[in-house]
Amino acid sequence: MSEAIAPALLAPGRTAGMNWRRLVPLLLVAPLVLFMLALYALPVLAMLSRSLLEPAPTLAHYAELAGDEVFHRIFTNTLWTTLVVTAGTLVLGYPVAMGLARARTLLPLLLIIVLLPFWTSVLVRSYAWMVLLGRHGLVNEALLAMGMLDRPLRILNTPLAVHIAMVHILLPYMILPIANALRQIDPSLARAAAGLGAGPWAVFRQVTLPLSMPGVMAGILLVFVLSLGFYITPALVGGPRDMTLSMLIAQRVEQLDWAYAATLSAVLLATALVIIAIFQRAFGVGTAFRMSAR
Amino acid sequence: MKGLRILGGGVLTLLLIFLAAPILLVGIVSFSSATYLTFPPPEFGLRWYRAYLGSRDWLDATWLSIAVAAAVVVVSTVLGTLAALGLARLPRGLRVAATGLILSPLIVPGIVVAIGVYYAYSRYGLVGSPLGLVLAHSCLAVPFVVTSVSASLAGLDPRLEQAALSLGATPLGTFRQVTLPLIRPGVLVGALFAFITSFDELIVSLFISGSGAVTLPRRMWDDLRYAIDPTIAAVSTLTVVLTAALMGAAHWLKRRGERQGLHSP
Repeated sequence: MSEAIAPALLAPGRTAGMNWRRLVPLLLVAPLVLFMLALYALPVLAMLSRSLLEPAPTLAHYAELAGDEVFHRIFTNTLWTTLVVTAGTLVLGYPVAMGLARARTLLPLLLIIVLLPFWTSVLVRSYAWMVLLGRHGLVNEALLAMGMLDRPLRILNTPLAVHIAMVHILLPYMILPIANALRQIDPSLARAAAGLGAGPWAVFRQVTLPLSMPGVMAGILLVFVLSLGFYITPALVGGPRDMTLSMLIAQRVEQLDWAYAATLSAVLLATALVIIAIFQRAFGVGTAFRMSAR
Repeated sequence: MKGLRILGGGVLTLLLIFLAAPILLVGIVSFSSATYLTFPPPEFGLRWYRAYLGSRDWLDATWLSIAVAAAVVVVSTVLGTLAALGLARLPRGLRVAATGLILSPLIVPGIVVAIGVYYAYSRYGLVGSPLGLVLAHSCLAVPFVVTSVSASLAGLDPRLEQAALSLGATPLGTFRQVTLPLIRPGVLVGALFAFITSFDELIVSLFISGSGAVTLPRRMWDDLRYAIDPTIAAVSTLTVVLTAALMGAAHWLKRRGERQGLHSP
């Protein structure tokens, strides 16, 4: 189409040397690129640059961070939460993905159940867990009614609440890539293995699991990187000690400590990029983010 | 073998309950007549929906969110569709760079975008204005439009355009009468995603909505932090129904497009 539209868009009289076939795609992409540069990319870079330029070119803010006890605690907590949530979504998500990949008549129902949370905003889902896990929430009331507790458990505003809610929120990001990978496995492979005498567990471990690994790796990457930046859920269901890197950044901005906030932002962004680069090199799943389009 | 299957079915059922129950629960609570969050509700009623419809604050926030999201749809769908048309024909180096920029909001943590945008917009008087929200949300919504339209374009048979041209259609006529109708499902899906991205967005709004442009998620957030009353359950239920309907429509369009072979798998 570029060849086609070009003469219509360009006034005649251009010099023959002008390569308009190249210019048209450029003209189509330029508005968006300029829009995003001006309103998103340059603002973010300008903000990040304050970590290096405050008050004069310096690495002092990064050096300071290295010895900062608060940062260490919160960075470790963020990484720990991310690991727990990634492991949790993998363990809970794989069986659902298998169900989704095998379902026939029940497929539409399963799909709706998996996609409904995917389509609901993080805020609403976090609120749902506040309702469930609160002191007089459904979980406590149910346990009390069954006589399993004498008085309500404190779940809301603890790390456990953060883990449960984040696993719930990120589960679809693990389920969908794995289900996708499982669907692409030729079912005759599993039948052949079974026919050759492999038990169900051996079939799973030696055939299904290895062939689903690209989906597993894509799911792990998505959940890992997304949970690294979580802000809303830990702020709502976590306690004061469950601060994540994102929450610390927001807090410092409120205190107008831009240099510190910018340094933390650079660390958070760099961590995410390094993880994506590693997964891209090792497993070739760096493009997984294209499907994070819910 | 049969025992194994029953066990698997049981595990799967529990996991599906885990996935669906919290959202259904909010729906049930929203019809409660109680002043506090109690479960099960003592009686059912529309009390909290009436509270929502009777509150100026909530309705203002709702209309602002809808207006901002509608503007975001226009901006991001136009810019994103044009860019997707150009991207495929750019030289490799430029294409990789432009794609990297356009898709980067999917990777950059929300808080980093939020404070970067806040940092710049506060200098241009864009904080506390709906315009600032439209501009920032459009940047976040564009990746969904570009990926969706690009997928449609990738499934397009180039011979259709060539045929139209060789039969004497003008280039713009070809685009309007051949290309655009064929990629329309992709454009529509992108537009729906863009609407929901803006409608649900909270982190950027927290920083740049100020006191002058309070969106629905921002209003919900303030409520959750300071005073929980079940009005928010009613609002949540309404937004879940709205977004689920829109996402369902997008999903259906995408599936239909795939069946017609207009999308790459």
